[in-house]
Amino acid sequence: MSVAPTLLVGTRKGLFTLQNQGEGSWTPTRHDFVGDPVTQLLTDARDGARYAALNLGHFGPKLHRLAPGADAWEEVSCPAFPEGEEASVQELWALESGGADQPGRLWAGTIPGGLFRSDDHGQSWELVRSLWDHPGRAKWFGGGADEPAIHSICVHPQRSTEIVVGVSCGGAWLTRDDGASWEQIAHGMRADFLPEEQQFEPDSQDPHLIVRCPAQPDRLWTQHHCGIFRKDGDAAWEEITTAPVSAFGFAVAVHPQDPDRAWFVPAVKDQCRVPVDAKVVVQRTNDGGQSFEVQSDGLPQSHAYDLVFRHALAIDASGDRLAFGSTTGGLWLTQNGGDRWEQQALRLPPVYVVKWSS
Amino acid sequence: MPVHVRFTPQLRRFLEAPPAEVEGATPREALEQVFDQNPRLRAYLLDEQGVLRKHVALFVGGELARGADALDRPLEPGQDLDVMQALSGG
Repeated sequence: MSVAPTLLVGTRKGLFTLQNQGEGSWTPTRHDFVGDPVTQLLTDARDGARYAALNLGHFGPKLHRLAPGADAWEEVSCPAFPEGEEASVQELWALESGGADQPGRLWAGTIPGGLFRSDDHGQSWELVRSLWDHPGRAKWFGGGADEPAIHSICVHPQRSTEIVVGVSCGGAWLTRDDGASWEQIAHGMRADFLPEEQQFEPDSQDPHLIVRCPAQPDRLWTQHHCGIFRKDGDAAWEEITTAPVSAFGFAVAVHPQDPDRAWFVPAVKDQCRVPVDAKVVVQRTNDGGQSFEVQSDGLPQSHAYDLVFRHALAIDASGDRLAFGSTTGGLWLTQNGGDRWEQQALRLPPVYVVKWSS
Repeated sequence: MPVHVRFTPQLRRFLEAPPAEVEGATPREALEQVFDQNPRLRAYLLDEQGVLRKHVALFVGGELARGADALDRPLEPGQDLDVMQALSGG
């Protein structure tokens, strides 16, 4: 039995839940947390629970849970640094579920760059000390936010104790022992915002988002501040220089079965964060980055200044259905891998995060 | 020393925060008494290091309390607390 797909859109003014009304039209069926910024979303595939991270303008970061079958969200504990640390959580920026063999396990990444673990569905959280206390963290610095921050948590689908974490700016970190120890794996990334002799310094890299192919988890893709990179197993990251429109952007999505197929939403460059020629396009590679096609069918091709944030592009489990939202509240969906996009007749608040759910 | 504490009605969107009469020699001591009765309220007003959130405004005896030590300055007799939200955001 197929489950009706649901699209969750976290915006500056709340969470919109959309469902398919047919013929490419998706309509909001719920609007939760009206007026409040929603910074991250998670549907836990293991039990169907949904999580929404809020960043209340006055009253701080919060985490809410919609239990399976429930109609009302419930506030649960938000990750917090231990008393005495010179840090407090400003925003919950990454949220992922643990492996199928780790019921109740959730991972959270924050601004500033803390990694937190819960083993009770978010009722309590513990700072992952091994990464926070790692000497390499001293080299991290602010990128997407004023403070260095964790935006990507890629749990290996077969080996749930193997996790890759992405940091802006702090590179990519790997644990193979469920977070007991960490190693920097950003070798091969290139940062042209650094002096020439430091451009390949792993601890200074700014991956905007790192994604892992579920069917071939040794393949990682990143949309980096300075380009597009891919990585296979223990090899260094390889820069992909064939993107025809621009190699700058924030979001990346990889096909769940085909590691060579990935999508990127480009912008001009870091100093000019708008679509190239004011045209919204998506770049897709089908061959691991050897070449790209530029998708524009159904996307605005004039006077468009939509930027797509790192968590605002999502692909579903089929690999055919994608959606992305923009800083100016645009929302586009495709049912065919982007060959044709449908603009939704909505005027949403700025979009921070888009996730498929069931 | 008895202290009356009132909270911005804006908090009602998220949780109940009725006026309270508590004991305390400083704003922090008074607020801790409130948090004992209403634990969820703490994270709405203070971060995990006990610092007043940036966009929460504390009035002591009708005056906006400024500075890093605003929570810890001794209260004078008769001074009550108003915990408001700052004007910010959009």
